[in-house]
Amino acid sequence: MKVGLFVPCYVDAFFPEVAIATLELLERFGCEVGYPLNQTCCGQPMANSGCEAEAADTEALFVRNFSDQGFDHIVGPSGSCVHHIRDHFTAIDQTAEVQHVRAHTHELVEFLHDVLGVREFPWAEFPHTVGLHNGCSSLRKLGTASHSEAVHAVPFSKPMTLLAGVKGIRFVMPERPDECCGFGGTFSVYEEPVSARMGQDKVHDHQRAGAEYIVSADMSCLMHQKGCAERMGMPMKFIHIAQVLNGAHQ
Amino acid sequence: MSTKVDHAEASSEFIAETDHLEFHDRRLWDLRKKRDRAVAEVPEWEQLRELASAIKAHTLTHLGDYLEQFERAAQANGVTVHWARDAAEHNQIVHDIMASRHARTLVKSKSMLTDECEMRAFLEPRGIEVIETDLGERIQQLDNEPPSHIVVPAVHKLRADVAEVFGRTLGTDPTNHDVHYLAESQRRTTRPSFLNADAGMTGANFAVAETGAIVVCTNEGNADLSVHCPKLYIASVGIEKIIPKTEHLGVFVRMLSRSALGSPITQMTSHFRVPRPGSEMHVVLVDNGRSQRLGMADFWYSLKCIRCGACMNTCPVYRRSGGLSYGATYSGPIGVIIDPTYDLRKYSALPFASTLNGSCTAVCPVKIDIHDQIYKWRRVIAERNALPFTKRQAMKMAGKLMASPKLFRAAVEAAGAGVEYLPRVMLYNRLNTWGKQREVPVAPDQTFRQWWLKHRAQGKEPGGES
Repeated sequence: MKVGLFVPCYVDAFFPEVAIATLELLERFGCEVGYPLNQTCCGQPMANSGCEAEAADTEALFVRNFSDQGFDHIVGPSGSCVHHIRDHFTAIDQTAEVQHVRAHTHELVEFLHDVLGVREFPWAEFPHTVGLHNGCSSLRKLGTASHSEAVHAVPFSKPMTLLAGVKGIRFVMPERPDECCGFGGTFSVYEEPVSARMGQDKVHDHQRAGAEYIVSADMSCLMHQKGCAERMGMPMKFIHIAQVLNGAHQ
Repeated sequence: MSTKVDHAEASSEFIAETDHLEFHDRRLWDLRKKRDRAVAEVPEWEQLRELASAIKAHTLTHLGDYLEQFERAAQANGVTVHWARDAAEHNQIVHDIMASRHARTLVKSKSMLTDECEMRAFLEPRGIEVIETDLGERIQQLDNEPPSHIVVPAVHKLRADVAEVFGRTLGTDPTNHDVHYLAESQRRTTRPSFLNADAGMTGANFAVAETGAIVVCTNEGNADLSVHCPKLYIASVGIEKIIPKTEHLGVFVRMLSRSALGSPITQMTSHFRVPRPGSEMHVVLVDNGRSQRLGMADFWYSLKCIRCGACMNTCPVYRRSGGLSYGATYSGPIGVIIDPTYDLRKYSALPFASTLNGSCTAVCPVKIDIHDQIYKWRRVIAERNALPFTKRQAMKMAGKLMASPKLFRAAVEAAGAGVEYLPRVMLYNRLNTWGKQREVPVAPDQTFRQWWLKHRAQGKEPGGES
């Protein structure tokens, strides 16, 4: 299976280890992974600010990058970027090429869980107490887990199902497991007071639950939470789910 | 011209009062949890949501017919029906009804519509005293503040704040914070008003087209006293409150209080249909922008709202900024999507007071796609040039940068520039803003792309610039 590796802009710049873990993980499961070198961003920051016209060239570039190498799937370790591509990629004409790219782009957890259908990670061991953070795009838009508002839904969690295949891992549940952490892209700067407070509340909630680590499939949420925790001098640690599943030892 | 609401600034003041913030967040989250428990006891909840949404969609797409049916039914019941195009007409109609009968005092139960119309500010200088009789709304009236929540209007106040307000306005002991003492004080000062008032007023939770009935759901009994004591009763009703039949209450009444407070039903569900002997009943049907909203392809769904407040209770932004920070009659997620229809420029910051987390949409009993509408409003605001200039410029710059692999790489890989430049690129401005309460991520020695070229590309030339 040929997979195009989509590395979101902030992951490329700040968290190369997350992209490396994603790459290695896909290779462990036999994917032939290509990385289009001209990739930049998915256009979400502009589009989420209402500036759809300003997002158009970036979206077009994304499609060019990922449509000419014969990828069966495009996989990225970020729920909100994948949500943007799949559900909001509307600044450009919806050609067959664009529609194909949109329909074949997956967030890493759903790709592992649904497309590859893997459950075992025999190389992975993570003997730590972790709290799982589901980014809101992953949770309520991509549907990688049931959310608490839908009280009659049969509970499920794809990230939890995958993490259960990691030796030694222990989970704790915060009081408000699916409350937004307040990152929200540009919300984090334009609505800084609320954003920061939400981030502080989020890490405190995990701390009270006894988490050593907050694990998430969404690195942007973690970037924000980590920034809050560090400023408060809190010893909380943060790690992307790709790293845990790939056998990171901390 | 109206001043733009600065939600971020207002929220920073709210957050600075830690006791208030934490109480507010806990209290409303508690309502969300109660809502979850109440919903859990109704196995067919999701079917009810579908039904409620479909009934509203049907009614709104046949609104003219149902309004006329309502008018005919109400008139047959002996009710006088008035039509108000906007807030000014509504206020004038209420004033004229009262003035022509020499009515000078009005007791009223809670109505967001009369707040929307700023009715008190119109009537009071014209010699009509208006007394809010809902406890929360009364607290807000005495403190000269608008309600901060559509169901629990004074939820941003602590007991001590209420004691202070009552001490100042009702002459009670300002140091006595006991809830029972405070509630009883309000009761004692309000009760005589019911008996002496010349007129009573309610809003409407529902107006039933087939019977002409006004249905009001309350927990305090104050609506019933307002209607039954004076000889003149006026109901102010937004035109979107119409439902076709009484049987549809079997859907909406089951959902309203469960969504709002987590209780199966409100203490009182009152049906006001016929003026009692010797009294008059008037209904004012108010448009005030609603039919215009009904014509908006992306936003007419917001008219389905039954004002339960569930979206506000679950909203992490609302809980941490308080209703008053929205500077509008309607706050929280539902406010964010309807306020811009009243004044796009004034409320242009509100659709950005959201992380688009979608919890609001997930709790909405009538299935309004709230977070999708928030996203769409952002586009409308950008298209109508109502974004702040610096934000617009930042997005133009970002759009150019992200569309060019060469410029993007220069920004990301420039030695030593990563930390300083990149957050500005990605977060678009105000690096200092990010860093106020958060550490900035440390840029690594190499980007992923650099790592890939070194370890995986085996000397292959990187792809050309596009």
